[in-house]
Amino acid sequence: MYGMSNQQQILLSKIATNNGHGENSPYFDGWKAYDSDPYHHIENPNGVIQMGLAENQLSFDIVEEWLLKNPKASICTMEGMSEFRDKAIYQDYHGLTQFRNAVAKFMGKVRGDRVVFDPNRIVMSGGATGAHELVTFCLADPGDAFLVPTPYYPGFDRDLTWRTGVKLLPVICESSNDFKITRKALEAAYEKAQEEKTRVKGLLITNPSNPLGTVLDLETLKSIVTFVSEKNIHLISDEIYSGTVFGSPGFISVSEIIEEMECNRDLIHIVYSLSKDMGFPGFRVGIVYSYNDDVVNVGRKMSSFGLVSTQTQHLIASMLSDDEFIENFISKNSEKLSKRYEDFSSGLYEAGIRCLKSNAGLFFWMDLRRLLKEPTPAAEMALWQLIIHKVKLNVSPGLSFHCSEPGWFRVCFANMDDETMEVALERIRSFVKKDLSAKRQRWQDNLKVRLSFRRLDDPHMMSPHSPIPQSPLVRART
Amino acid sequence: MSLSEIATNDMHGEKSAYFDGWKAYDRDPFHPKKNPNGVIQMGLAENQLSFDLIEEWITKHPEASICTPEGISQFKDVAIFQDYHGLAQFREAVANFMGKARGGRVKFDPNRIIMGGGATGANEMIMFCLANPEEAFLVPSPYYPAFDRDMRWRTKVKIFPVECKKSNNFQITKQALEDAYQKAQEQNIKVKGLIITNPSNPLGTTMNRETLKSLVSFINEKNIHLVADEIYAATVFSSPQFVSVAEVMKEVKCNPNLIHIVYSLSKDLGLPGLRVGIVYSYNDDVVSCGRKMSSFGLVSSQTQHLIASMLSDDEFVDNFLAESSKRLGKRHEIFTEGLANVGITCLESNAGLFVWMNLQHLLKDHTPDGEMELWHMIIHDVKLNVSPGSSFHCSEPGWFRVCFANMDEDTVYVALKRIKKFAGNGQKEGEPAKAKRWKNNNALRLSLSSRIYDETVMSPTMIISSPHSPMPRSPLVRART
Repeated sequence: MYGMSNQQQILLSKIATNNGHGENSPYFDGWKAYDSDPYHHIENPNGVIQMGLAENQLSFDIVEEWLLKNPKASICTMEGMSEFRDKAIYQDYHGLTQFRNAVAKFMGKVRGDRVVFDPNRIVMSGGATGAHELVTFCLADPGDAFLVPTPYYPGFDRDLTWRTGVKLLPVICESSNDFKITRKALEAAYEKAQEEKTRVKGLLITNPSNPLGTVLDLETLKSIVTFVSEKNIHLISDEIYSGTVFGSPGFISVSEIIEEMECNRDLIHIVYSLSKDMGFPGFRVGIVYSYNDDVVNVGRKMSSFGLVSTQTQHLIASMLSDDEFIENFISKNSEKLSKRYEDFSSGLYEAGIRCLKSNAGLFFWMDLRRLLKEPTPAAEMALWQLIIHKVKLNVSPGLSFHCSEPGWFRVCFANMDDETMEVALERIRSFVKKDLSAKRQRWQDNLKVRLSFRRLDDPHMMSPHSPIPQSPLVRART
Repeated sequence: MSLSEIATNDMHGEKSAYFDGWKAYDRDPFHPKKNPNGVIQMGLAENQLSFDLIEEWITKHPEASICTPEGISQFKDVAIFQDYHGLAQFREAVANFMGKARGGRVKFDPNRIIMGGGATGANEMIMFCLANPEEAFLVPSPYYPAFDRDMRWRTKVKIFPVECKKSNNFQITKQALEDAYQKAQEQNIKVKGLIITNPSNPLGTTMNRETLKSLVSFINEKNIHLVADEIYAATVFSSPQFVSVAEVMKEVKCNPNLIHIVYSLSKDLGLPGLRVGIVYSYNDDVVSCGRKMSSFGLVSSQTQHLIASMLSDDEFVDNFLAESSKRLGKRHEIFTEGLANVGITCLESNAGLFVWMNLQHLLKDHTPDGEMELWHMIIHDVKLNVSPGSSFHCSEPGWFRVCFANMDEDTVYVALKRIKKFAGNGQKEGEPAKAKRWKNNNALRLSLSSRIYDETVMSPTMIISSPHSPMPRSPLVRART
């Protein structure tokens, strides 16, 4: 850490003094910019809009309405008070039975009831953050490695490696095939580890993907399960966005795949949380669901380091036991995400910005490669600084997700109201317009139709005889 | 495919024989009506005496919950809040409470408050910050068994016990510390710090000022850390007054970068389920790093909000601290008097949720095996789940930790009845009464009547230390065969 004297450094542990927490990276500039100048539609209309936080703020009203109708869900209401002391005193790491039952049921419903989850395999942890660390402590020794397809959630570096001493090795995915995970890429990463004499203990996938917002197709999932089985390594499937799927194709969970394929179930583990699907990151409801009995047993013991508050367990148990509520929530939530996605992406389209086609998650994976001065990390950083300080949007640069190609940005869309979204879109439009007029010449030279853009059926997009006087890639609005 | 080394070793501590007591309880739990002959749980250090005060406050303050009509407007902001700094009001309220638990003699800075997943998470986290794998912390014994897991399991930090003995009431001596430190040096083990629990679990005693000062000097001299686990701070019910390391720091020359406090609301407020663990460090870098680590075990924002409201209410806090202390004191008195009446003494204590009971005189063999044998008898015959001293790494067999605050008063009397029955089972043939026991400071208290447990506690003036006991059997109670 900076500013620490040598003596201080000796006083603390190596973990305390290394950068394994990942916060010294320059990517925190975006956060700092936001913190020092946060947008507020009345008080600070020119402030930085936060688009770097993958939060789901669209469905609180459904939850609040339910809460007011169900006072027993709280141990603090008159109706719920009789439960107070039993819950307050309960610190058993098995967790409340009703909690495990309710979470298992919710997980099943999110997967369209195509699979049933066993409440006895539900292990609690301190948010998904704690869940990832816990599962890593169970499966790998210091120096061992997990393969992780890129681009991936930056927090994995901290969660899986900081205190565990385990390494993360990238499996490179490329835009040329929409960042799909190929068997070839998996093998290449595995080989590389062998050459470096690093023992690979498992593969970590995020499905639906952060930052891509895409779901894994059946082929890919099957090939992944085959790969881990062949190599006899673990598969951790982070499915925390499973309830944010809003369009086709539908979500296929690893829990469904293992019903259809021969595989060693002792290798299969799911990480879940209510932070994204329900929008409750503050409640720290992290879940490890393992098909391996030993992992369940030891994981449960480890969960003591990050149990879910029983006040929260009780609330969640009540809420997620209500079938009517769950079904209503899942479908309305999906509708709202879908609408927000549509509104935003049509706005982006009009501004000539393209994104990876996606159907899940709380963000776009935006393609701004054409706005780079050159296809380098430095150019991405420069563009990013521009977006933060001039356009005043805190978006997340692709390199922070270990993306192998510069120019991609993750932009969150579900953590704001409609009004703010409009303001963000307007700023993007203005920026692109200015940038366009500066780069018009270069763009016309490089003009190509990008098939990855979602509005393939839009006649304006397809025809070179666009009624739009300028390049079809950009639509300036005054 | 194999799991990790951590997943397959036994450092979680649960394979130990001590779980027999738990199993016995789980299979056959006491219930006054449904199972009056079941095992009474006296192995859980819980504070169940003051829930009514909390429930009353919550009923009057619906805005403390984000689920009530009064509090729902806060729901969204609280549910979305995952900042590892924690809610400002939460940190302020906890700092305020910690100060009040120390009689206002010291003030805590809300910016030094870091959250942990209960004290369990807090203890592990502070180890991750201060020590590398294979480095060690000195821990005075007897100590809380789960330190073995919390401090060592995933961190790979070692525990080096500092033996404390009955001869000086288990106080930590400078000599014992020096000896332990030396021993570690000889074994090429790097000592990074000392962890103390004050008030002590399992002893129930508060550390006296002089001892605390000498500890602070010791660590300062050796340039090692001091972690003071003060989670029983507000369970002090009689003198001497609790002296926190936070106070002593001001009186002794020391490097504040070496001083850290672990705290929680599990014991003082009786809310272990809410997982409110706290690390309070005087070292800025530990605060900074610890805060980042707290992501692995933040307190649920729903709970932060409740606690923030409750502990910001000075009137509630002042009243709670006074009343809780009183109730614990009364319960302690009932229990220790009851034990004394059957010739069982405990280490004199003024805090905690348990007594450190001396059953050395009941051991057949003064060995760990002898203790285990006695313990099994207590679980299966007397049907009380108490905790044997060896599980606390006590170097002398025959001590048992017995919890008294996790049950209602009626159950206390049932337990005392059973103990009485067990204790009053006759003197071992050929074994003379040992006169020296009578001179014990914790004098044997004999009851004049076997109905003592059903009446108000006998006053000290009625205590008889005469060997001419009205009780037909020797006060030298003995294990039943």
